[in-house]
Amino acid sequence: MSRLLPLFGFMLLVGLFGFGIWWNTQHDPNEVPSPLINKPAPAFVLPRLDDPTQTVSKASLLGKPYLLNVFASWCFACGEEHPTLMAEGSQLGVMLLGYDYKDAPDDAKNWLREHGNPYRMVVADRPGRTAIDFGVYGAPESFLIDAKGVIRYKHIGPITPEVIAKELKPAIAALQKESR
Amino acid sequence: MTPELGQLALILALLLALAQGVLPLIGAWRGNRALMATARPAAAGQAVFVAIAFGILVWAFLHFDFSVKYVADNSNLELPWYYRIAAVWGAHEGSLLLWILILNAWTVALAAFSQKLPEVFAARVLAVMGLVAVGFLAFTLFTSDPFGRLLPMPGDGADLNPVLQDPGMTFHPPVLYMGYVGFSVAFAFSIAGLLGGEMEQAWVRWARPWTNAAWGFLTAGIVAGSWWAYAELGWGGWWFWDPVENASFMPWLVGLALIHAQAVTEKRGSLRAWTILLSIFAFSLSLLGTFLVRSGVLTSVHAFASDPRRGVFILAFLTIVVGGSLLLYALRAPKVAGGKPFNVVSRETVLLIGNLLFAVASAMVLLGTLFPLIGDALNLGKISVGPPYFGFLFPLLMLPVVVLMPFGPFLRWGKGEAAALKGLLLRITIAAVACAIIAAFLVDGQLKAIVGVAAGVWIAAGTLLFAYKRWREAPRGRRYPAELAGMLLAHLGMAVFVMGVLLSETLSVTSDVRMAPGQTQHIGGYDFRFDGAHRTTGPNWTADQGIVVVTRNGNKVGTMLPQKRTYLRGQVQTESAIDAGFSRDLYVALGEPMDAGNIQGAWSLRLYYKPFIRWIWGGGLLMMLGGFIAAADKRFRIKRGVETVRIDGLLAQETRA
Repeated sequence: MSRLLPLFGFMLLVGLFGFGIWWNTQHDPNEVPSPLINKPAPAFVLPRLDDPTQTVSKASLLGKPYLLNVFASWCFACGEEHPTLMAEGSQLGVMLLGYDYKDAPDDAKNWLREHGNPYRMVVADRPGRTAIDFGVYGAPESFLIDAKGVIRYKHIGPITPEVIAKELKPAIAALQKESR
Repeated sequence: MTPELGQLALILALLLALAQGVLPLIGAWRGNRALMATARPAAAGQAVFVAIAFGILVWAFLHFDFSVKYVADNSNLELPWYYRIAAVWGAHEGSLLLWILILNAWTVALAAFSQKLPEVFAARVLAVMGLVAVGFLAFTLFTSDPFGRLLPMPGDGADLNPVLQDPGMTFHPPVLYMGYVGFSVAFAFSIAGLLGGEMEQAWVRWARPWTNAAWGFLTAGIVAGSWWAYAELGWGGWWFWDPVENASFMPWLVGLALIHAQAVTEKRGSLRAWTILLSIFAFSLSLLGTFLVRSGVLTSVHAFASDPRRGVFILAFLTIVVGGSLLLYALRAPKVAGGKPFNVVSRETVLLIGNLLFAVASAMVLLGTLFPLIGDALNLGKISVGPPYFGFLFPLLMLPVVVLMPFGPFLRWGKGEAAALKGLLLRITIAAVACAIIAAFLVDGQLKAIVGVAAGVWIAAGTLLFAYKRWREAPRGRRYPAELAGMLLAHLGMAVFVMGVLLSETLSVTSDVRMAPGQTQHIGGYDFRFDGAHRTTGPNWTADQGIVVVTRNGNKVGTMLPQKRTYLRGQVQTESAIDAGFSRDLYVALGEPMDAGNIQGAWSLRLYYKPFIRWIWGGGLLMMLGGFIAAADKRFRIKRGVETVRIDGLLAQETRA
């Protein structure tokens, strides 16, 4: 009987690998959850894009959930995601905060003028320092931050209607359920 | 037209591999000599066609045939010719072809050197090699064709992954594959032994040089990979417990156990079933490595592009090969513990303990590597165990190995004398303690470093004392047969390695600093002066190159030129500058300019002082050398097929002498 043990052990491994292959067809293997999920968002103070003399801070946004969307005029994939935000951004039920990342202000303003501005407000992080605190490693990225300033959901890459329907909407619904 | 010829060559190779895998087995079963005799010509033919296919792919790269998708994906007009050759194995399809080529090289060598084996046995061994080749050729042809066309043909290609554009990385995959694939020989011997029910010690002796050589190659490949990670990744580390590193480390550990188990089985006849099992495991883990790297089941910096179809194919292949051989093992493995009996105090016991520890360590690495997958399966979320898990458990398991190592060679087979060990114990304890005390003053009382010195000296002293004993006691000319010399070298390598690891881990100094031109940093007794950065160009890259002048007490040590390269297609790659030395490395990596766009200004730099780090690879190279030298022992050459009993009798006398 003990001679069959190696075979049994191996069959367990095969089962595990089979599961792994199946799992990968269901999930994006590149999806690395941010270590920041369910942690307070890093504190930030950033100038507004349209009026650099005014600043927006994490503290000033507390009380209502918002979706922080990292974009830049130089970012190709942001152009892909933009029409989706224009179409569905206002129906999300949370404020859409633009986060202009490592960008020249004039370029960003022109870009928003040209493609439309889906954001309630846009902050500018020209040196990209605050983005490091958020663990941003490319644009576009989006963070759903709740009324208490805690990051609840993160999406890397362009937001598509599918992402909104399958991931973002449920996450927002969960927030709204809690606040009731 | 030529690439299609390559495809055709692969199809013919597959057909020949099928012939090589099936006909000799039928022949061996039916006692049909004509069928058994097909093994060698089929193996030779298969090797010729695989070599043709490989040559055609090399030719396509050298002639910029971008109509071949694989060529267009992995090279471009600016890539130098030597990297265009390396690009052949730079991605999934081509590296698979390299794997097959190497498998064929081993098979041809086996066919050539097995002329004196019993006919039936040789036929079975070559057939198993053929069946393995069938799996890989089918995998290539059905899921990973390197000769696929791209229409319309692009004017220029993409680029070879820049991390591979390094001389060390050019040789790393072929050498590593030599090791992986080399274990197929021991595997084939075991399967042939199980099939024929021949449990004589003889076949273990024939398998031994192949195992030693394969293990030597695997060691070399891992050393090259570790060195490359150190030089190229810019993190200054030499081992990261990355899934793909682990994939090469597991067969290495099992191979190490196998080398020692084979010694026991060959000389004493015991541990037969265990040796067979280890032979199966060593090759299975090599296959498993292939699966992990190419199926996308685990994410890793090394992983090839994943494709579920490929994953399913390899998994099916793995199930047939490993599951089949383990089933065979369950049915046919020797039922009674054979061989000569041994006492608690004996060489067998020490080797068995070492064996178990290596096997457990390998299982531990496997568990840690698969942890993310287990986490997904049990719905525990994304979890992975990193260096803390391995860094704690692995040394714990290796500690008894280090402690026992000096005693193994001194103990006799069967029945050792504990009394004889007292003198040895006393001497190596004195040596280790004395060196540890001296070290304590030099390293500022850092405990781990002191332990490292003590452990290294412990092993080295034991090994050297054994060499001295042989010198005194054995007759001239028979003092150091290759097998013994290889063992001594490999054990010394272990001593050097252990010291290198513990000393460099504890005494390294790292400093991430912002430096303006002209500024100096003082680290580990050296002064690093940053003289600014400038733009420079290579054949297919441009780079920002920093100039760092290193002095010690005012004497110039050298000028270091760390680079941050941008390759043609925009990939960025750090080229650290390393000033290598016997007792220390100095290491500088260029970070980012503090003010983007102004490369003349201040930069962030990473400076390292790494004492004794070279000993890590030096120890590895000694182990490799030990494996190769032991493999060359004349005793392993096959004399005539059937005289096992007589030779065994002689051997027993020799070991007792």
